[in-house]
Amino acid sequence: MTVCCAPGADVGSARRWPSDEEVRLASRALSEQLMQTDLSVPSAHCAACIRAIETALLALPGVEAARLNLTTRRVSVQWLKDGPVPPFFATLTRAGYDAALYTHDQSEDDPEFGRLLRATAVAGFAAMNIMLLSVSVWSGADAGTRHAFHLISALLALPTIAYSGRVFFASAWSALKHRRTNMDVPISVGIVLTLALSLHDTLRNEPHAYFDAVVSLTFFLLVGRTLDHMMRRKARTAIVGLARIMPRGAVTISADGTREYKDVRTIAKGETLFVAPGERIPLDGTITEGRGELDAQLVTGEVEPVNAGPGDHVSAGMLNLNGSLTIRAEREAGESFLSEMIRMMEAAEAGRSGYRRIADRAASLYSPVIHTLAFIAFAGWMAATGDWHRALTIAVSVLIITCPCALGLAVPMVQVMAARRLFERGIALKEGSALERLAETDTVVFDKTGTLTLGDLRVAASTVPENHLEAAAALAFNSRHPAARAIASLRPDSRMAVEDFAEYPGLGIEGRINGALYRLGRPSWACRGVVSDNEKSMSALSCDGELAGTFTFADTPRPDAKEAVQALWEREFELEVLSGDGERAVAAVARDLGFERWRSAMLPADKVARLDELRGQGRKVLMVGDGLNDAPALSAAHVSMAPGNAAEIGRNAADLVFFNASLAAVPAALAIARRAGALVKQNLGLAVIYNVTVLPLALAGHVTPLIAAIAMSLSSILVVANALRLRGDTPKPVAAGRRAGKLAEAAS
Amino acid sequence: MSYLTWLIPIALLMGATALLAFLWSLRDGQYEDLDGAAQRILLDDGEDRPAAAGGPRYSRPEPE
Repeated sequence: MTVCCAPGADVGSARRWPSDEEVRLASRALSEQLMQTDLSVPSAHCAACIRAIETALLALPGVEAARLNLTTRRVSVQWLKDGPVPPFFATLTRAGYDAALYTHDQSEDDPEFGRLLRATAVAGFAAMNIMLLSVSVWSGADAGTRHAFHLISALLALPTIAYSGRVFFASAWSALKHRRTNMDVPISVGIVLTLALSLHDTLRNEPHAYFDAVVSLTFFLLVGRTLDHMMRRKARTAIVGLARIMPRGAVTISADGTREYKDVRTIAKGETLFVAPGERIPLDGTITEGRGELDAQLVTGEVEPVNAGPGDHVSAGMLNLNGSLTIRAEREAGESFLSEMIRMMEAAEAGRSGYRRIADRAASLYSPVIHTLAFIAFAGWMAATGDWHRALTIAVSVLIITCPCALGLAVPMVQVMAARRLFERGIALKEGSALERLAETDTVVFDKTGTLTLGDLRVAASTVPENHLEAAAALAFNSRHPAARAIASLRPDSRMAVEDFAEYPGLGIEGRINGALYRLGRPSWACRGVVSDNEKSMSALSCDGELAGTFTFADTPRPDAKEAVQALWEREFELEVLSGDGERAVAAVARDLGFERWRSAMLPADKVARLDELRGQGRKVLMVGDGLNDAPALSAAHVSMAPGNAAEIGRNAADLVFFNASLAAVPAALAIARRAGALVKQNLGLAVIYNVTVLPLALAGHVTPLIAAIAMSLSSILVVANALRLRGDTPKPVAAGRRAGKLAEAAS
Repeated sequence: MSYLTWLIPIALLMGATALLAFLWSLRDGQYEDLDGAAQRILLDDGEDRPAAAGGPRYSRPEPE
């Protein structure tokens, strides 16, 4: 069957499939006979996908069971341990799906979600039943029935609050312990006081009890909280499901020459590793044997491959393009280049931890005011009437009616909607506070390689005549070198047979086609006597020693990069490029895309320093980057985004991850965040208006349980309805800004 | 009043049953893949039991 619709994620095309050893390492044994492997299939999204994937996998010999989870986009396959590893990746690719190995990580287990769902269910059950009883009381039950109903309500409410309310009590307690206050403090105070007063009144057979209010309040707040949690869980699973970039293991060669595939974490200093062409360097080390070109894009941001031989130092994460290398590990996994990045990230994060979420800031203003008002009401009524019970009832009704039900829902509901809108556009939001920080952004800083560009070379100009082009493509098809891949993509269906193919790292490739010897590579090597001034960014093709033509290369910009930069510029963001690549490459891309400011040859520490400098100028910076070298900068920025094909460490450091190749995700995310920020402010405003309106009623002592229930439901519905207004489309750029004139100038 | 002594416990019991059913389905893993559940209804064949924490219970379909 055919693939039904366009895949949802198009990150990373030509990728190497994990070896059998790697698959075994990532699988777990279910029983004596069965192994289970989890594969993430990011592009699965409909019923036809379920059938195509499950049928394809079940048809493999040795596969006992296969089940696709469409929510996590992961398929679990059980297969016979004794047989060979079934060819999962080839099968799924044939069925039209990109797949990646998924390793179960303890940190992803999410007991909190189950706890929240159970708490919500219990609160919902109790709220419905108590409301049923309360309606009978409000419609005029006689005194005996009323008392009985209040008692039953108390019996339901007490265990419910004890069970479901823990969520708020625990959070409020930990805030108070650290001498802070958050949203949960006024909520907890309100819940506990209302419950206590209602119990007291029930036992004394008074006419009013607020059990319905307190339980439905808990229920509504828990619903908001559960939705919030679900959104973050969805984003996290989407990110975790992305393909792994850093190697999980490596082939070690012991002193007697035996080779063994080992987990990276178990490899000690001084061991000898073998890295085949197309694999990434697993650990920092020194080359002892072999010569080849290394793609260091992920590590340094340089697009041009580095030529390395015996004695050269290599860092974890570099991609071995064409040599068979033997490496002596010099650092263990815990202390390699990567962990140095992690250390820098931790240092950089300290600058951001000062951020307080808007709901907590609102609560810190709100709770002292409300608690003081309640206290004044109590004191005032006490002084006026001397009836402590009356005074306390009024003080508590002030707390109930102003209880931040609307406030507690106002922010999470908007963030849930915003996260949904972002997800529809292929952007995963890790936590709500990132959305608030994104809305404040005024400066966007981009990394170049892998972010503004895809890191793939493309042929910018060619002087090769048509009759030789097909031969060049056929020859280039045999190499993994980025320049060769660019040439091969010019004629992807070239079917010419290549004989005597050979690759000379650092120089080029050669092969015999239809009897003629073709060479493709450095001009001085391909064709003796030719001297070129830009040896590095140019390849020459020679046929039997005669120059046939040259190719020049450029970095491929990410789709929509120009439009995205333009859109940001029109919306008056300050833009800048920070790249680890050389000045010439950076300047070319930056000018092409319309940047006015860029810095090149930046080390990871330089990037962090530049971001600190911008922070010092009072700027709120969004950093967009992908490489290992960007990870500290991603942590240091006010808020950060990474593409889905970024290194794991970059994806983990970023607050948002976008899965589509298009850079349009950046302006889209900024637009949605700003709209969400406006809605949050509206919702907070609505909550304040509501409180100001009902507060006099409460202070005057006119609030009955019925009025409290109506007022609370109305305010909650109002803020939820307001949150639902959040749209996800990209707005048309408004041509009225400061830069509109400049635009018109540029256009004319 | 006397009918209330019957009706109220019955109402509570029904509510509690629903709550228990929900908690059971939660533990059984029926909420693990809501998107998949929505799509699987469109497939004619195959098993529609959830994959619980222990792994999939789905197995090779019988040859037709």
